[in-house]
Amino acid sequence: MEFEAVIGLEVHAQLLTKSKIFCGCSTQFGSIPNSQTCPVCLGMPGVLPVLNKKVVDYAIMLGLATNCKINKNSYFARKNYFYPDLPKGYQISQYELPICSNGYIIVKTKEGEKKIGITRIHMEEDAGKLIHEGSYSLVDLNRTGTPLLEIVSEPDMRTPEEAVAYLKELRQILLYLGICDGNMEEGSFRCDANISVRKKGETKFGTKTELKNINSFRFIQKALEYEIERQIDVIESGGTIVQETRLFDSSKGITISMRSKEEAHDYRYFPEPDLMPVFIDDNHIENIKKNLPELPYEKRLRFKEQYNLPEYDIDILTNEKEVADFYEKCVSLYNNPKTLSNFFMTEILKELNERKCQIKDTRLTAENIVEIFKLLDEQKLNYNGAKTLLPKIIETGKSPSKLMEEMGLAQISDTSTLEAIILEVLKNNKKELKEYLSGKDKLFAFFIGQVMKKTAGKANPKILQELLKEKLSKIGIDDVDNL
Amino acid sequence: MDIKKLKLTEIKNLIEKREIKAEEVTEYYLKRAISLQEKTNAFITLNEENILEQAKNLDNLVEKGFKGKLTGVPIAIKDNICTKGIRTTCASKILSNFIPPYNATVIENLKNEGAIIFGKTNMDEFAMGSSNETSYFGPVKNPWDMERIPGGSSGGSAVAISAILAPASLGSDTGGSIRQPASLCGVVGMKPTYGRVSRYGLIAFGSSLDQIGPFARSIDDCALILEAISGYDPKDSTSIKIDTPEYLKNLNKDIKGLKIGVPKEYFIEGVEEDIVKSIEKSIEIYKKLGAEIQEISLPHTKYGIAVYYLIATAEASSNLARYDGVKYGVRAENVKDLKQMYIKTKKEGFGEEVKRRIMLGTFSLASGYYDAYYKKASKVRTLIKNDFMNAFEKVDVILCPTSPTTAFKIGEKSNDPIQMYLSDIFTINVNLAGIPAISVPCGFDKKGLPIGMQIIGNYFDEQKVLNTSFAYEDAVGGFKFSPYQED
Repeated sequence: MEFEAVIGLEVHAQLLTKSKIFCGCSTQFGSIPNSQTCPVCLGMPGVLPVLNKKVVDYAIMLGLATNCKINKNSYFARKNYFYPDLPKGYQISQYELPICSNGYIIVKTKEGEKKIGITRIHMEEDAGKLIHEGSYSLVDLNRTGTPLLEIVSEPDMRTPEEAVAYLKELRQILLYLGICDGNMEEGSFRCDANISVRKKGETKFGTKTELKNINSFRFIQKALEYEIERQIDVIESGGTIVQETRLFDSSKGITISMRSKEEAHDYRYFPEPDLMPVFIDDNHIENIKKNLPELPYEKRLRFKEQYNLPEYDIDILTNEKEVADFYEKCVSLYNNPKTLSNFFMTEILKELNERKCQIKDTRLTAENIVEIFKLLDEQKLNYNGAKTLLPKIIETGKSPSKLMEEMGLAQISDTSTLEAIILEVLKNNKKELKEYLSGKDKLFAFFIGQVMKKTAGKANPKILQELLKEKLSKIGIDDVDNL
Repeated sequence: MDIKKLKLTEIKNLIEKREIKAEEVTEYYLKRAISLQEKTNAFITLNEENILEQAKNLDNLVEKGFKGKLTGVPIAIKDNICTKGIRTTCASKILSNFIPPYNATVIENLKNEGAIIFGKTNMDEFAMGSSNETSYFGPVKNPWDMERIPGGSSGGSAVAISAILAPASLGSDTGGSIRQPASLCGVVGMKPTYGRVSRYGLIAFGSSLDQIGPFARSIDDCALILEAISGYDPKDSTSIKIDTPEYLKNLNKDIKGLKIGVPKEYFIEGVEEDIVKSIEKSIEIYKKLGAEIQEISLPHTKYGIAVYYLIATAEASSNLARYDGVKYGVRAENVKDLKQMYIKTKKEGFGEEVKRRIMLGTFSLASGYYDAYYKKASKVRTLIKNDFMNAFEKVDVILCPTSPTTAFKIGEKSNDPIQMYLSDIFTINVNLAGIPAISVPCGFDKKGLPIGMQIIGNYFDEQKVLNTSFAYEDAVGGFKFSPYQED
């Protein structure tokens, strides 16, 4: 029997505001425990929350970017539960009327583009962290009150691949908007999944389980794959799925039951009386709309049209907005999109990856990149030289021509110099020369390599090839010993 | 000079003219408060050293030319208002060791005007009660009859005035917690419009109902304190951006043509006869002063108690969740895991009435009950509010009793929560609507116990409420607010 999975995702995205959602404390990650707290985020008696307006703006931005309806009237609610990392005993969230609802994003799947619905986006505060140490636990409330957007999808995904594609697209949108750093390891982009299976062709949903806090795309894929298989096994062996919350154990690659529906919390939601409802006027929405950056989907379409690049190139170049912008600046100065794209993919991005940094962290400029290509075109530099130059440009920000001089990378195109070197190489490799002349053509590359070695890779490959060919054609096998 | 008889403006003027020192005034009240503490139990914390130091510092500032609205005036503070460095207990065991690292905004406001933050007054635990019997620190006694309750929850703040332990005090009012004890102790007590005074630093009971307000001996003193504590506070999102009038300067006893509404629903069975008589007498006085009396109807009055005990307890059940022994306050000892720590801490830390209300509120918010209880109550709340709005189309202020009874005996109602809840039947709807109201002394019953009348105004119409009260005070030649007044 064939089964299909039904997957819906809940994403928590930490927002890049400087201060927390309801107080002025810093949101910086990794500080000394409890150093970024005040009476408000510590939940001391009598204190009151004051909404950080930036959070509302960020929520509107994401709502617009995901084709949501922006609710001009929304309000906060209290979600009540007890845990030591939740100092007030309730989380301020949104419940009945979230700030955004009814949106969608388009993701790429094996079968082509697919619309994944977004049920709602709401604002809420993050909880703190517990650190367990043997017989006791320590509470760190630095993260308490960090603003979050919770993005709830429709149960529109059918495979783990689609789920991952959706998450990647959503993460990319957040990064493009500059409102979340998308760091899954540090927990600034977290995902819970609701998943059920049903017989293919069935229209009703099966009983779902919820998978909590899975912190990488790879783990999401694995957790979903495991859970789909587990659920199918249960059904095929005549059992029924229990509605429950399950945790993914990444070391074993399995999901484990955490709590059943009966043990589920009753959060006793009610409107937060300490905050006024959030009113948003049309002008404000329009202003935000006007300042939205081009989003990944649109950018990819435009790259296709404007630069006629292969899809593979486009996906890589537009993965990060900063890279895409930098690429476009380079193209505007040197109109050779595919050549630049190749250099980006094979050289620039490789360098950045190795350094684990972004363009803005380096001294790289579009002008310098373009200058490299001008030097290549003018044959003053060869590709090898360009590759050697790049790290230095990244580190020093000096112009390629200057660096080329300093590093002695200027290409040798002078025929008499090259001819002398060729002669020397041939003299020193008489055995190989004889073999070549007896028909072992493959050795041509060997001679080229030897010249390159002697010139530290600076020989103009085109001229070298011509000269070598010419020289070899003039030598007879008997001339070898007299060279 | 009899310090005891000085009005707030007199204290301020004498100190600013350097005819008397803040230290002398403060010492005088400290002495009285300490000597009467055993009898009244009005204070939970009376930090002599700190209070005298404040007075000395203020005297130094006055030397340098400091002037404020309340220069050198000692003001007693209900113990649910946070005071930096001074224990703030909410009259609960669970906060019996809590020292806030911050001041409530009202405390900052008072300090800026030169007031001395006097002791912290006794109250019902977490402001839940109408008799001051639920305090972890024991009941407060009514100075008019020490066997009787002073009302609640701001019992200590009311007694501080009526026993002359401080010239003024602050309380908080969620369902009548200022007005009812003011009535039962024969003093002036006012609940401002919701949003007029910042709630920042007021330990929350029912967040959508709580409001801080003054207790005083006279209307002008009350007006002055209200002026000092009012104003928009960026730290309280529910405080309203509206200018604070000069209540004291604008006091006006001319109320000719003022339309006073008397709601027929407030003269029901169970209201003591002496109270009805005394309100009728006040109505006659108002008529003589040229006011126009109209009978009005507030048809949803009878739902008030039910609505209140759903909404206030729901909010309380959430507001009190934070007292879990993790971060501050008292934590239960000898527990084996987290769940036990929670349960034991709350079981031992909260008193019976607080636990009762947490359970009530938890129930009214529970999944499956929310629509029938909390949500429905919120809708009826709107109807109650509309009643008042309709009434204020016709009248300027509303006059009615503050409490259906005068002070009852300690222990008389403590085992009957419903009877206790009915003490607030005339005050609760005002909180549900969020409008301002005052309790003004208006005579005594046959037992010699004070009676209060309530004057209710429209949103942000505190001035009219004060003026109406001021005219009455003037007509009756001032209030007898204390049995010790002429000592």
